[in-house]
Amino acid sequence: MSNYIKLIVLGLVVLFAAIGSNYARDLAYQVHAILVMIIAGGLFIWTLRNTDEPDILVDRSGEYMDGVIRYGVIATAFWGVVGFLAGTFIAFQLAFPTLNFEWAQGYLNFGRLRPLHTSAVIFAFGGNALIATSFYVVQRTSAARLWGGNLAWFVFWGYQLFIVLAATGYVLGGTQSKEYAEPEWYVDLWLTIVWVAYLAVYLGTIIKRKEPHIYVANWFYLAFIVTVAMLHVVNNMTIPVSIWGSKSVIVWSGVQDAMIQWWYGHNAVGFFLTAGFLGMMYYFIPKQAERPVFSYKLSIIHFWALIFLYIWAGPHHLHYTALPDWASTLGMVFSIVLWMPSWGGMINGLMTLSGAWDKLRTDPIIRMMVISVGFYGMSTFEGPMMSIRAVNSLSHYTDWTIGHVHSGALGWNGMITFGALYYLVPVLWKRERLYSLQMVSWHFWLATIGIVLYAASMWVTGIMEGLMWREVDANGFLVNSFADTVAAKFPMYVVRGLGGVLFLAGSVIMCYNLWMTVRKAPAKEASLTVAVPAE
Amino acid sequence: MEEYTLLRQFADSWMLLLLFAFFVGIIVWVFRPGASKEYSDTANIPFRHVDAPAPQQDQPATSKEARP
Repeated sequence: MSNYIKLIVLGLVVLFAAIGSNYARDLAYQVHAILVMIIAGGLFIWTLRNTDEPDILVDRSGEYMDGVIRYGVIATAFWGVVGFLAGTFIAFQLAFPTLNFEWAQGYLNFGRLRPLHTSAVIFAFGGNALIATSFYVVQRTSAARLWGGNLAWFVFWGYQLFIVLAATGYVLGGTQSKEYAEPEWYVDLWLTIVWVAYLAVYLGTIIKRKEPHIYVANWFYLAFIVTVAMLHVVNNMTIPVSIWGSKSVIVWSGVQDAMIQWWYGHNAVGFFLTAGFLGMMYYFIPKQAERPVFSYKLSIIHFWALIFLYIWAGPHHLHYTALPDWASTLGMVFSIVLWMPSWGGMINGLMTLSGAWDKLRTDPIIRMMVISVGFYGMSTFEGPMMSIRAVNSLSHYTDWTIGHVHSGALGWNGMITFGALYYLVPVLWKRERLYSLQMVSWHFWLATIGIVLYAASMWVTGIMEGLMWREVDANGFLVNSFADTVAAKFPMYVVRGLGGVLFLAGSVIMCYNLWMTVRKAPAKEASLTVAVPAE
Repeated sequence: MEEYTLLRQFADSWMLLLLFAFFVGIIVWVFRPGASKEYSDTANIPFRHVDAPAPQQDQPATSKEARP
C-alpha cells in the first residue's frame, strides 16, 4: 500500500520537475529540475519494480544498523578530498589570478568556487561526518538499533542530494548570497525535510534506548541537530519570486537581516562545528584512549554553559556597523565568557588521557585526536580575542579571520574527524586493525605542518594588511591603496596554498589507507558478525 | 505598552532570572550527593554494547525491516 503512495508522490514530482525544466527562468533552476526529474524518475521505476513483490521481513533488532554508517564514512572521506581540493585551488587562484580561466568566467572563478569550497568542507565533509558518527554513537550509547528502519537511508541520500543541489547551484549562480547559507529556497526546503527526518531517527533511537542515562555525547549531537534546524529555518525565511525560478527574497530587511544572518552564521560554527564535533570528542577520545572521560560532571557543566552562551555571540561579526552598540557589546561579552566552557571542554578532552599519555608515543590516532583538541583550545582562545571590538577593528575584513577559521576547521574539525574515521573503518568493516599506522603518522604530520603554514601565513598577512589599511601620513592621508596590500600579500598567499597542498596530500593518504584497510587488513573473528541471541 | 519594550523588559528581568537560575541549578544538581557514583557508571556507557544492542527482554521485536 505504501508503495502506491510513494508512486503517486514520485510521479507528481517527476511531472512538476518536467514542467519546471521547461519553464525555468534561470540556468541553475533548470539544471536542478532536470536532475530532480531524473532522480525521481529512477526512483519511480525502482519502486514500481518492487511493488506487489512479496516482502521478506527480517528481525534485525539484535544488531546495529551499520550499513548507512559505512556509506557515511565513505561520503565523508570523498567530500573531504573534494572540499580540500577546491580550497587549495581557490587559494592558488588568489595567489595567481590567471587561474580564474577566461574560458570558465562566470562558472569557475573565485567568487563561484569559494562557496563551493566552504559548503563542501563544512556541510558535505563535516555534515556527513556528523551524521555518520552520530548514528554510530547514538546506537552504541543507547544499546539500541536506529529507530525508523530505512528512514536513516533517506537521511543519508537526501543529504547527498542537498549537497549536489547546493554545489551545482553555486557554480551556476543559484545563490541567495548569505554566507554559509547560500542555497536557494527549494534547496533549503529539501534540507528542512531531510533534517526533520534526521531528528526523528536520532530522537527515536534515544527514546527506545536500553541504557537508563543519555550519554553526554548524545546531548551535544542533539543540541546540534535541534539548533541547526532552528537556525536554518529562521535564516532562510524567503519568498520565491517565481515557483519556476531560483531567485528568492528574504523577509528580513536591513540590520535585522544582518543580525539574523550572523546569529545563524556564528551558531553554525557554535552548534555545527563545535557542539556536534564535541559529541564526537566525548565518544571517540574515551574509546581510543580506552578510559572514561576525565570528569563526567565537568562534561555536563560544559554542555549547559556552551549551549547557554554560544547563541548570544553572533553580534561580534557586526562591530562598527548599523547594529546598535549594546548588541555588539553583548555579543563581545558573551564571546569572551565562552572562554570558560570552551577551555573546560578542552581540559576534559585532554585530561581523559591522564594516566595514558604514553599512548601518544605509540598511537598516531590518539595523537590526531589530541592535537585536534589542542587546536580547539587555540582557536577558541583566538576567537574571543578577535571578538573584542578594539582587536576586531584591526582584524576584521583581513586574512586573520580566514586563518582563525582554518585553524579551527582544519585543526579541530578536520583532525577529530580523521581520528574518528581511523577508529570507525576497522570497526565497521570488521577488520582487526588499520592497514598502516605509518601512513597515519604521515597524514598526521602533513596535516599539522599544513595547518601551521596556513595559520602562520594568515596571521602575518592579516595583521599586515590591517596595519596597512589604517596607516596615515603626517597630513592624515591614507598611505596605502588597496592594491598595495594585495601586492604585499603575494608571498603569504603562496605559503597558504602550499599548506593546503600538504593538508590535501595527507587526506589522500588517509583515503588510500582506509581503502586498503577494507581490502587488505586481516578480518576480525567471524563471531562478531553473528547477532547476539535473545535472552 | 509597545511590543518591543514589553518583550525587552521581560527578557531583561524574568527570563534572565529564569535562565540564570536554571544554569545555577544545573551546577548544584551536578554536585548532588551520590552523583559521583552514578556518573562513573554513565561515563562507562561507551564501553558497553559495542557490537550489538542490549537484548530484548521477554518481548518480541517490535518492528521488522526488509533491508539491513
